[in-house]
Amino acid sequence: MSTSTDTIEQLATQEYKYGFVTDVESEIVPRGLSEATVRAISQKKNEPEWLLEWRLRAFRAWLEMAEPAWHNVHYPAIDYQDIIYYSAPKPKKQLASMDEVDPEIRATFKKLGIPLDEQMRLSGIAVDAVFDSVSVATTFKDKLKDLGIIFCSFSEAVLEHPDLVRQYLGTVVPHTDNFFAALNSAVFSDGSFCYVPKGVRCPMELSTYFRINAKDTGQFERTLLVADEGAFVSYLEGCTAPIRDENQLHAAVVELVALDGATIKYSTVQNWYPGNKDGVGGIYNFVTKRGKAMANAKITWTQVETGSAITWKYPSCILQGDNAVGEFYSVAVTNNMQQADTGTKMVHLGKNTRSTIVSKGISAGKGQNTYRGLVKINKGAAGSRNYSQCDSLLIGDRCGAHTFPYIEVKNPSSTVEHEASTSKIGEDQIFYLRQRGLSTEDAVNMIVNGFCKEVFRELPMEFAVEAQKLLGISLEGSVG
Amino acid sequence: MLQITNLHARVDDKSILRGINLSVKAGEVHAIMGPNGSGKSTLAGVLAGRDAYEVTDGSVTYKGQDLLELDPEERAREGLFLAFQYPVEIPGVNNAYFLKAALNAVRTHRGQPELDAMEFMALVKDKAKLLDMDSGLLSRPVNEGFSGGEKKRNEIFQMAVLEPTLCVLDETDSGLDIDALRIVAEGVNALRSPDRAVIVVTHYQRLLNYIVPDFVHVLSEGRIIKSGGKELALELEDKGYGWIEADGAAVARG
Repeated sequence: MSTSTDTIEQLATQEYKYGFVTDVESEIVPRGLSEATVRAISQKKNEPEWLLEWRLRAFRAWLEMAEPAWHNVHYPAIDYQDIIYYSAPKPKKQLASMDEVDPEIRATFKKLGIPLDEQMRLSGIAVDAVFDSVSVATTFKDKLKDLGIIFCSFSEAVLEHPDLVRQYLGTVVPHTDNFFAALNSAVFSDGSFCYVPKGVRCPMELSTYFRINAKDTGQFERTLLVADEGAFVSYLEGCTAPIRDENQLHAAVVELVALDGATIKYSTVQNWYPGNKDGVGGIYNFVTKRGKAMANAKITWTQVETGSAITWKYPSCILQGDNAVGEFYSVAVTNNMQQADTGTKMVHLGKNTRSTIVSKGISAGKGQNTYRGLVKINKGAAGSRNYSQCDSLLIGDRCGAHTFPYIEVKNPSSTVEHEASTSKIGEDQIFYLRQRGLSTEDAVNMIVNGFCKEVFRELPMEFAVEAQKLLGISLEGSVG
Repeated sequence: MLQITNLHARVDDKSILRGINLSVKAGEVHAIMGPNGSGKSTLAGVLAGRDAYEVTDGSVTYKGQDLLELDPEERAREGLFLAFQYPVEIPGVNNAYFLKAALNAVRTHRGQPELDAMEFMALVKDKAKLLDMDSGLLSRPVNEGFSGGEKKRNEIFQMAVLEPTLCVLDETDSGLDIDALRIVAEGVNALRSPDRAVIVVTHYQRLLNYIVPDFVHVLSEGRIIKSGGKELALELEDKGYGWIEADGAAVARG
């Protein structure tokens, strides 16, 4: 492997070689996607040669791939040449005070009970060093460092811990995995990296909130989490406030590696801009998330998906080692014109592997909600078990819920259970709660939260509270 | 407290209430009796503001306000409580959590401070004793998996916690065995007070042995055809609704 200085030099030459125009001030790579784009991104990030090669392999694979069409979401064709693939830091207007922020957003912040500092940060107001969480983050970082835990941006990891990144990158989601994952592998701009050493229990929830350079990681994030043997880590991902963005593609990849006896809890609250009531704008969220669990390891995915115009994600577990455990708890909400096609894959390879799937889909307005799941038990996975439960809740009569469970069992000693239900939120239930003094909104909120209880209790405390509030906001105006 | 004047209401295109007149004062207990389909539950539903019923004529004044103008939750916050004939199950929603939200909605409306979890639990424990409620029911989801008796007891328990000014009991006795009936009735009796009125809607006289009414009204085909004291209920028990309906028809003809 070349040293980083060498690599920088190489890349600098390459830049000239391809005659690529780079305006360092604005940090924007011209619109469109080609090998030159991939090289430019890699060069901007001072990446080593091997990573550039990896990106290029992904790009070439992507060129040969077709955008998937099996999903139950519909959207106008995406022009991949009309996207700016690298624009970090995002040229967001810095606002001088909260007064300049959209009143609607301010109202939402208020409902969410987000502290003012946080509101300012989320709105893109310059708060810089005075912002408390910066120093908080630094304190945490020192504490983590003492335990040997690495938690930093992906770019930083590539430069500071290249061996670890190289060892695990693409081992769970290969660069050829699927159309969107290949695209991400070619052009990912940044993301998070975490490594928890052998036997270490990470003493706090890790979240992007506590990461100093979490700002504006862009639309193609890549997260890699490695829990070494016997380690434990709980990771929170997401934005619990509505960051308004233009209609754009968001194609992230998350890879989790849980080595023997390790535990990873990965919780997401996704609230990207869903578009307006008529379906204008909103994020197209095409995300590939997968974890590999070795012997006696455990991976738990918990997700609350309330945002995005389109959600396409299937956080999955490859239960490779014996006795590995995979769990998936999901709440997906589609209101107005939102569409979600989400679920999980549980692939049982090791003996006595166990998986649990609890999926709660809520459709309101004209929202379309699809659960798609695969439970695959391979020949060698003797004594494996799966339990799946998929419940759908409909609010109103213009929305839809769809369930596509796939089950492949190649081992006679395994057990697979599947339960599914679809219910409509009852006028009777709403009236009952209103008769006790609750407003219609609070009533719906309460019923929906009850419906999601099994998932919310898997979330870390503060996250669960936010998720509940968020759910209420997402469903606002869906009844009455 | 409550003044119902010439109240007409229908469901879909079927007219159910055809001119109800009723006056209820604070401290009084009124029983509304009548055969199936006479409009008893419709009357309870109209008072509570159920969507399915359309008021076509008449008025209802409650504590000096036009009741029909208020949303169901506003009526509830103003102290109107309906004990449901068929209490609704709300899966996943903790009974105590729900009741705390309801109580605080009512208290906020009354200008009282909200109760915190500790104060609320203390209050609830007190009221649970009154109804011989298993405290386990409090931590279970609202009405889910409750027996018929437990559901009805839960209704009266909620009533005790919310302390309404007008209680409407819709066939609270249906589906109750004699022991449960007695407990529920004792709960209601404990809530009787000079500032509170109760309307007991029932098909049978049985409940009125325990909750002794000041007035009994007989409803038939959407009208009150006879009113009287508590002895009217006994008479009905004896002679059946046929007697009074024939009588009422004769009165109407005459």
